[in-house]
Amino acid sequence: MKINWFKYSAPMNFYPLAGKLIPIFWIAAILFITLGLYWGFFKTADVLSDQKQYYRIIYVHVASAWMAMWLYAVMVAWAMIGLVFNTRLSFMMASATAITGTVMTVIALATGAIWGKTSWGTWWDWDPKLTSFLILLFVYIGYIALQSAIDDVRRSDKASALLALVGLALVPIIYYAVNCPDPNECASLHQESSLERVESNILIAMFVTTFGFWMYSFATILMRVRIIILERERKTSWVSKLKEFNG
Amino acid sequence: MKPRHKRLAFVLLALISVGAASALISKAMKGNLAYLHSPEEVLNGVVPTGQVFRLGGLVKEGSLERSDSKLEARFIVRDNRDHEITVVTNKILPDLFKEGKSQVSRGKMGEDGLFYADEVLAKHDSEYMPQELKDTLEKEHTVNASEGTK
Repeated sequence: MKINWFKYSAPMNFYPLAGKLIPIFWIAAILFITLGLYWGFFKTADVLSDQKQYYRIIYVHVASAWMAMWLYAVMVAWAMIGLVFNTRLSFMMASATAITGTVMTVIALATGAIWGKTSWGTWWDWDPKLTSFLILLFVYIGYIALQSAIDDVRRSDKASALLALVGLALVPIIYYAVNCPDPNECASLHQESSLERVESNILIAMFVTTFGFWMYSFATILMRVRIIILERERKTSWVSKLKEFNG
Repeated sequence: MKPRHKRLAFVLLALISVGAASALISKAMKGNLAYLHSPEEVLNGVVPTGQVFRLGGLVKEGSLERSDSKLEARFIVRDNRDHEITVVTNKILPDLFKEGKSQVSRGKMGEDGLFYADEVLAKHDSEYMPQELKDTLEKEHTVNASEGTK
């Protein structure tokens, strides 16, 4: 069987496909987030070697932080495809991804603050990892602001795509810059991002929750891209023929 | 060259320069980001007196003393090469603060050679292991080690 992928790069064909996929992603999101959090909250150890119950915020914190960085990369990928091939749908996907990415960044910062207050003793510190993550939030907000500041859609798409591309420099910095082998002399407050010394039970719960967050991202991005498609294509004949508008 | 190839070349070029910028910033941050200073650096006079900075290191075992009358605590911060600095603070110590663990305190050196901290933060490492599992692993480790010596 041969599927014509290019067919779905047209907003007209993608709109109904997205509509069909959304419920599937919602079900998967609810299923995996519930499973991951249940496992994490009730099936893992109550006390770790140096932390008490509050370490369990890790399931939400790590999942949202990973998604915040991953969605940024996805957003840039869509923006680049848009820049090279001048496809309308990829720019729409990029701007739909930006909002979910911003939400994930806010969740990661908020849960990080709560965790930081209980374990380190402070809500916020100008640690390299925390600071670069805050800049990521500003880049997301800057992307959304730039896009809505320019009225001409084609120009605003290109300008914000360039901003997103430049901001990509941040992602590896967030992930790698503060990782150093000796934790006692590490120039940061935030611990290393290493999965090797995490118990497998905790690790699985973390991955399952992350997968659930990913499914949630798919669902919300597709819902948003459908709205963007309608908004941008409102003058076309296929939109006016949609069942939703003709009863 | 088609316009599409031109745009592709432009995007790839932009991607390469962004990657280079990212690598350079990471390298610079690793080398000389003065987020904190170790006791060794402080004793070698890297930090001017009277300047506020962060002191990082391990809390020396058995060095924590709390005052009976005031909310004052003293402890010794050391690094892996046995340089030591005494820290004085009247702030609440965080839950994770323990002897033998890492800490980061912010403050300045006094004329008397003590470090007066306005804020003491506890660091935790990237290890997420239940206590029992860790005990078992350590026991096995010591058993194996003692068998090895026989």
